[in-house]
Amino acid sequence: MEVKMQANPLANQQSVLSPGRLALALVALLALALPGAPVRADDDPWPDIRRDVFDNREVIENDGTISLDAPYRAEDAAVVPLTMRIPASIARDVKSLTLVIDKNPAPVAATFHFGEAAGSGERMLSTRVRIDMYSDVRAVIETNDGKLHMAAKFVKASGGCSAPASKDADEALASLGKMQIKTFDQAGAADRSPQTREAQVMIRHPNFTGMQMDQISREYTPAKFVQTLEVKRGGALVFRMDGGISISENPNFRFTFGSGGDDTLEVTAKDTDGSVFTATSAGKAT
Amino acid sequence: MAFVVLAAPSLRAAEAFSVKEVAPGVFVHQGRYEIFTPRNSGDTSNSGFIVGNDAVAVIDTGGSARIGAELLGAIRSRTSLPIKYVINTHMHPDHVFGNAAFEPEHPTFVGHYKLPRALAARAGRYLAINKELLGDAAFAGTRIVPPMLLVKDRIELDLGGRKLVVEAEPTAHTDNDVTVYDETTKTLFLGDLLFAEHVPAVDGSIRGWLALLAKLADRHDVARAVPGHGPASMDWPAALAPEHRYLDKVAADVRAMIKQGRTLSDAMASAGLSEKDAWLLFKEYHARNVSAAFAELEWE
Repeated sequence: MEVKMQANPLANQQSVLSPGRLALALVALLALALPGAPVRADDDPWPDIRRDVFDNREVIENDGTISLDAPYRAEDAAVVPLTMRIPASIARDVKSLTLVIDKNPAPVAATFHFGEAAGSGERMLSTRVRIDMYSDVRAVIETNDGKLHMAAKFVKASGGCSAPASKDADEALASLGKMQIKTFDQAGAADRSPQTREAQVMIRHPNFTGMQMDQISREYTPAKFVQTLEVKRGGALVFRMDGGISISENPNFRFTFGSGGDDTLEVTAKDTDGSVFTATSAGKAT
Repeated sequence: MAFVVLAAPSLRAAEAFSVKEVAPGVFVHQGRYEIFTPRNSGDTSNSGFIVGNDAVAVIDTGGSARIGAELLGAIRSRTSLPIKYVINTHMHPDHVFGNAAFEPEHPTFVGHYKLPRALAARAGRYLAINKELLGDAAFAGTRIVPPMLLVKDRIELDLGGRKLVVEAEPTAHTDNDVTVYDETTKTLFLGDLLFAEHVPAVDGSIRGWLALLAKLADRHDVARAVPGHGPASMDWPAALAPEHRYLDKVAADVRAMIKQGRTLSDAMASAGLSEKDAWLLFKEYHARNVSAAFAELEWE
């Protein structure tokens, strides 16, 4: 199966997927045998990802710093909910969180860079992703001391990246760019400090992967996805997300943030077409 | 397992493919309450045909070219009138995959004006995934055949002294649903706008579907309903009630959880579970319905 990318959805990914690797991923998808292929290459993509994305640095697994909640078998491969949690004692030292889906065409789903308003209590971040093949999903955090820590889960899902967008295509187009910001009054977890609050940011956007085929035109709908999303609280950064095609249609992020005098949340999102979407919420500290 | 020859299904195969005459000249084949397997050849949905004085109209064609051929055989064992129309009630493979078997009859394929686009976006996946589920033998000959006569609002088809009304609906089960009404017997084919016994599948808009059900229930000109999944003929409007209850419950539970600040995962684990013993294939479809409903309703 020949895959033609209209706009390269991989352009902004740290991990550059070489044509050779993409071919192997497709081979795996189609369950064909490729004579002469190296035995390791397609079975476990993680070593190459660790090399390309993390400079081959050591990644400490399951050390209680980050936990990842994911379904073992996804009901909808195009909308797989993932939740990451970092205990308060670690959270204040976390610089970034990278979500990796090993066997996706673009394995780095998103990187979240945390700012001063990310909060010092237990940190929670939840989003929805596309998963293209049965795959390990990894949440990798980098702490201020430069160390990498990881939690991983295996998820059974397939076809998430080529699944057609939008059950109602016309309504989706009409709603493109609409945003919603919700704050939740109750901080759920027991060890959350009173200064930690929880919010959710959602944007109507198809997040086209470039791998969704239109049979009439015989072309792939060009990739068009939310590339960056920045959340600020009272002018201070909560997080900036650099994302790609593995984030589901209608990108959705639920997260904890540090409450301050002014809890107004400002969101700015930019997509690969250069469109900018902004929204602001009213927010009072409780 | 005997192969069915596409062009000339054996009499034995036609007899095995049962149809019921639910009203004079209105025939329905009831599909199995199963997902696609090699053994059922994709015979998992209801299809039907209506015979006028001059012509026949087919409503949905089953889940493979093989099943479409069996339906054609069932028609030909009863009439030699030309098959003038093949109407697809919506895009799903279990209702459209039999279309290819009818091409030699040169019918006009009819569907919602959004059906060609919907099929175009899904054809690759539908064919690949279902070929794997059905196996090569059952899948053989299956192709996507889109409609050429598109329904924007409503059209009337004449089978010779017998008028059918095909109506395009706003987004509900999918964004390309049509109903087919036989004026002569007041029979309404709803396609997958109506599920009975088999759990409904939400692949459009749960709000749109609930609004449409309320509107349809007000129709007083329907003597019997033919669902896309369920018994061949059902009382009206009683047929709508269980599905209406299910969709109401899913929407209500999901809305309540959204209001409580609960997550998508929470909802998929617990919304609508009170319905679990009322439906077949609940395990296969319900959680995904909740996911679809949540993603829609959280924008309210």
